Amino acid sequence: MHIDIDKDVCIGAGQCALAAPNVFTQDDDGYSELLPGSGDGAEDPMVRQAARSCPVSAITVRDSAG
Amino acid sequence: MTELTDITGPAALPEPVAFPQDRTCPYHPPTGYAPLRDGRPLSRVTLYDGREVWLVTAQATARALLTDPRLSTDRRRPGFPVPTPRFEAGRDRRIALLGMDDPEHHRQRRMLIPSFTVKRAAALRPWIQRIVDGLLDAMTEQGPPVDLVSAFALPVPSMVICGLLGVPYADHEFFEEHSRRLLRGPTADDTREARDRLEEYLDGLIEAKSKEAGPGDGILDDLVHHRLRDGDLERADLVSLALILLVAGHETTANMISLGAYTLFQHPDRLAELRADPAVLPAVVEELLRMLSIAEGLQRVALADIEIAGSTIRAGDGVLFATSVINRDTSVYDDPDGIDFHRPDRHHVAFGFGIHQCLGQNLARAELEIALGTLFTRLPGLRPAVPPEDIPGKPGDTIQGMLELPVTW
Repeated sequence: MHIDIDKDVCIGAGQCALAAPNVFTQDDDGYSELLPGSGDGAEDPMVRQAARSCPVSAITVRDSAG
Repeated sequence: MTELTDITGPAALPEPVAFPQDRTCPYHPPTGYAPLRDGRPLSRVTLYDGREVWLVTAQATARALLTDPRLSTDRRRPGFPVPTPRFEAGRDRRIALLGMDDPEHHRQRRMLIPSFTVKRAAALRPWIQRIVDGLLDAMTEQGPPVDLVSAFALPVPSMVICGLLGVPYADHEFFEEHSRRLLRGPTADDTREARDRLEEYLDGLIEAKSKEAGPGDGILDDLVHHRLRDGDLERADLVSLALILLVAGHETTANMISLGAYTLFQHPDRLAELRADPAVLPAVVEELLRMLSIAEGLQRVALADIEIAGSTIRAGDGVLFATSVINRDTSVYDDPDGIDFHRPDRHHVAFGFGIHQCLGQNLARAELEIALGTLFTRLPGLRPAVPPEDIPGKPGDTIQGMLELPVTW
């Protein structure tokens, strides 16, 4: 699984960090970022929920093609 | 199958219903919205002055339109919908944040995001808990019956937002009273007058803060001593921003606490479930947010033609969002009128959606969890002191909630 966060689009609502707190956090400016080590390969079932919670669709989740 | 479901095509659009309407039960959509709840994503509704606008009633359509940059929230634009007379008052000047489109909106929001993150809300929890404990101490000392609105539901968020912004809580009677008048009108003049008084007060507060040698630790102190001084923010915008943060920061959460408590009283099985298992609290808050949908009728105007859900919204058309209906979309929720703490989906639009989604939602969740959780834990016998049907409701064009809630324990 590959997760992309578009920081230009992010409004810092924090819904990703709320839905999948083991994968997402907010940096000092409030923008979404991945927790260290949680990026590629993260299989947290809440990741897709987090992407869908984002009010501005700043998160893209892609299945890694192997 | 009813007759209505057999009819398709534009000619079948039913007679527009009136919007907004008053709720009959304070936690259900108005019974008059029944024709809007037949699965149609968009309807035409009639406003008080006879104007027809679009009303969005399905979740998928709401999510698409609330993220569509062709819909503007700038109230000064021609065609911006005015649901009831008091909203006319918002159209004569630029309103910070919620009345701005991007990129101006994004520039302002960016200044505030760090103060409202999930982490920040979590860090504030012990402080919020102390506020809640202190108010419950005072309430139990006074003894029943007590009006839960004035003794608890209103002071909790008022004290929290005052502390966060750097507004003296000593002034709470003034700003609570004028916030109520701002949100209720009923005339445009009533609302304008209340807004002007609040702006005057906040302008004076900003003036006083700007004369202090160093900033205090409130959000307004930071904005005055950095953003205003550096020219990132104009004085009028700062006053408007302060007003929105102060009003939105206490009125909405106060109503969620009072109406949330009322709704739980009316659902004793669910209240028992909460009392038996405090771990369910975050889900309780989420379900109450969905079910109560206290911020009804979000407003936009179309800047261009938009094809959506088989209809064409024309440039200049008004578009309203019925959050109470959207959050009970039968294609999303099983038994949408029921209260259920175990729903798999949390994508309600009680805080809106898109770039204007509530800035304070993480703070609000923390306040609601602590306020409702502590209230029902500390007072296991808490119940209404009068028959619930005797408690007056609120007009349909304002934040939904309770005007008063006499309780005993």
